[in-house]
Amino acid sequence: MSAHKIAKSLFLTAAALLTIPGLVTGQQMESHMGKLTGHADSGKQLYFRFCWGCHGFRGDGSGENWLATGNYPTQPYLNIQPRNFDAAVFKCRSTPTGTLPTDEDLYNSVGRGFVMTNMPSWISITNQQRADLVAFIKSFSPRFKSEKPGDPIKVPAEPKVTVESIKHGQELFQKLECWKCHGPEGRGDGPSASTLTDSNDQPIRPYNFAVGSRFKCGATNHDLYKIFMTGLDGTPMPSFADVIKPEDGWDLVHFLRTLQVTNKSPELALWESTKEGAEQIASRKIHGTATGSGINQ
Amino acid sequence: MLKLPLRLVKQRLSWLPSSLVFGFLLLALVLGDTRPAVAIPSPSLHVRAIPAFARKYGMPCSACHEAWPKLNNFGQTFKDNGYQMMNDRDAPIFQQAAYWPVAFRITPNWHRESVNRTDITNPATTLTTEGQLTTHGFDLSGMDILAAGTLAKNISFLLVPSADNTGAFHFESANVRFDNLLRSSWLNVKVGKFELDNIISEKRILTLSNNGGLYQIYHFVPIGDINGFGLGDNQLGAELSGHSKNDYTRYSVALLSSNDGNVGLSNGHGYDTYLTFSQAFEAGSLGLQRVGAFAYVGRAPTYASLTAGGSATADGLGQKSFYRAGFYGLWYIKKLDFMTMYTHAAESAFLGTGTAAFADLPAGARGPIWNGGMIETHYTFNPQFVLINRYELIRMSRQALATNSGNLGDIDSLTFGYRYYPFMSSRAGFAFHNEYSIVRQRGVAPISATDVTSSSVFLGFDFIF
Repeated sequence: MSAHKIAKSLFLTAAALLTIPGLVTGQQMESHMGKLTGHADSGKQLYFRFCWGCHGFRGDGSGENWLATGNYPTQPYLNIQPRNFDAAVFKCRSTPTGTLPTDEDLYNSVGRGFVMTNMPSWISITNQQRADLVAFIKSFSPRFKSEKPGDPIKVPAEPKVTVESIKHGQELFQKLECWKCHGPEGRGDGPSASTLTDSNDQPIRPYNFAVGSRFKCGATNHDLYKIFMTGLDGTPMPSFADVIKPEDGWDLVHFLRTLQVTNKSPELALWESTKEGAEQIASRKIHGTATGSGINQ
Repeated sequence: MLKLPLRLVKQRLSWLPSSLVFGFLLLALVLGDTRPAVAIPSPSLHVRAIPAFARKYGMPCSACHEAWPKLNNFGQTFKDNGYQMMNDRDAPIFQQAAYWPVAFRITPNWHRESVNRTDITNPATTLTTEGQLTTHGFDLSGMDILAAGTLAKNISFLLVPSADNTGAFHFESANVRFDNLLRSSWLNVKVGKFELDNIISEKRILTLSNNGGLYQIYHFVPIGDINGFGLGDNQLGAELSGHSKNDYTRYSVALLSSNDGNVGLSNGHGYDTYLTFSQAFEAGSLGLQRVGAFAYVGRAPTYASLTAGGSATADGLGQKSFYRAGFYGLWYIKKLDFMTMYTHAAESAFLGTGTAAFADLPAGARGPIWNGGMIETHYTFNPQFVLINRYELIRMSRQALATNSGNLGDIDSLTFGYRYYPFMSSRAGFAFHNEYSIVRQRGVAPISATDVTSSSVFLGFDFIF
């Protein structure tokens, strides 16, 4: 076959591919959230507008703000290496530990951002744009082609907050040794805290309940319940789904809320109305800071 | 056999960018020669894009700007949050001690300006005639020093000492801002000198030439009018503003000194009010659309009391009222977007005729009224290349003096160009900027009272660090 014929064949093939959109777009990664369908080709343009500076051109978390040599962040705020999409290990999921997150989990993460990290909330871009970004993010990892997301865990209805549930939660906090990392007062200063590393071998600090009102994966009791039932994959925070019963999980939620001494909540108010609780909270507030969240981080 | 044509194609393609550049320049020169042109005020480069923020948060320019300095909704949200990402890492406590929240911007350029009818005095004969004046050469824009950031959580500042291209400085902006009062994004207060809450921001304009570097619609006053106010001018005052978390809904109310942003209280002691409201809505894959409205109600002095033997202005007196009102829309069709705006304006007959409030108005004088419209189109091929086109028109609806021609002062303005950003990083910004702009104003030639047409050609290297 002559070069002329080869060129002609290549041209005809390319033309055919371009004129049959199904053949081209059929392999595009998609995301689905309710009525929204995200498309990776649109998400790619958004990724290279918004995301690549931290997550990198290859989505491996090695953007220009995270130097490859020595993994030393050039930004003082980049205390955690940006997510490596290639590994497809995500902290905030509704699915069991070790499984892929749902599209909605990723969509919510993009919209919510990650408190105390450099990842902001992207609620000011459109829902469609967030869906498109999710589709593109998924295209970095072969796992999304070969595996399905895990089934979202079932979150039972939250029982009424009682002093008993808070006390039981406190017992669980001791029994499950949460304090070893999070500290006896939930300040993220437990005896193991300084030794912790994430899946990138980077040092990582446990959550400090004493500051702020939001958690890594949301701000509601429902979100907090999911955090310790699914675990934060890629971090030392395990899943407790096989360790505690669902009702115990809610007791733990109610107790953890009382550790947030600067954040008004029904749990804190109830606990403060008891003698024991009032003493605990008063002693913890002494360590609080007037300058707001984060100063002790 | 296949390699040869490919190489040729490559060679030809390599000429494409430079051909486009020089083609554009040639076109601009040709158009400039055939359509010469006005004495519109030259803009200095008081435009906002702050790589100090990009450096602080490690984000590329394109995260906050559709094409810098023009903000996208994410950038607008960041600004409306008081330069905060709202991820509890905004306070200075998280900054390295060596971090300096300062950026510099200037644009070395070559430009050509032409006016078809202007008064030219022959130095030999001292005779003044009307003729065409064309100048061109290498030049500098003004320079902005942009210092901005947070002083503490929910307290931020902006300080912009600006110089014109001779190096003469003034404070373009200087304000402090208190955000999320009562833990609500609907309550934010700003005090000092600041840009009015114009979503179509002249400080973030994508065109830079003498003719195209401003929105005519923001600065127009009728012929003979003495009001120096401009919607595009930064003003002194206090602003209460608020927004939804995603910035889709925004409002602002400002109380401003009636001095068009001039310091020293020398232009009167009245107060103006500016109100804005806008609402954005999603339109599927097309993008985020926004509509909004604004109204400015103010007073301007008609004469001044003097001091220091009559050599200095002590106070602006005899204030008379004026207003500007309008609505706008930002319309997105994926990479193509349109900014549209309509304004309606009116002034007191005293301002319109330049008559002091204590004096009698000329016979038949009435308050001038005019309307303006604008459409600006962008095609953002990618974050590194944007095509720009803008058309503005201003039409007098009522002249202050009935003896004036009905269309005296009417303006038509056309601007087009492109900006190319060779790199996009979180450290600095650089754009190669090419632009052509032509403005025609009716009946303002100094001697013949015919139309005046001016044109600008601008090639600049716009950098900010």
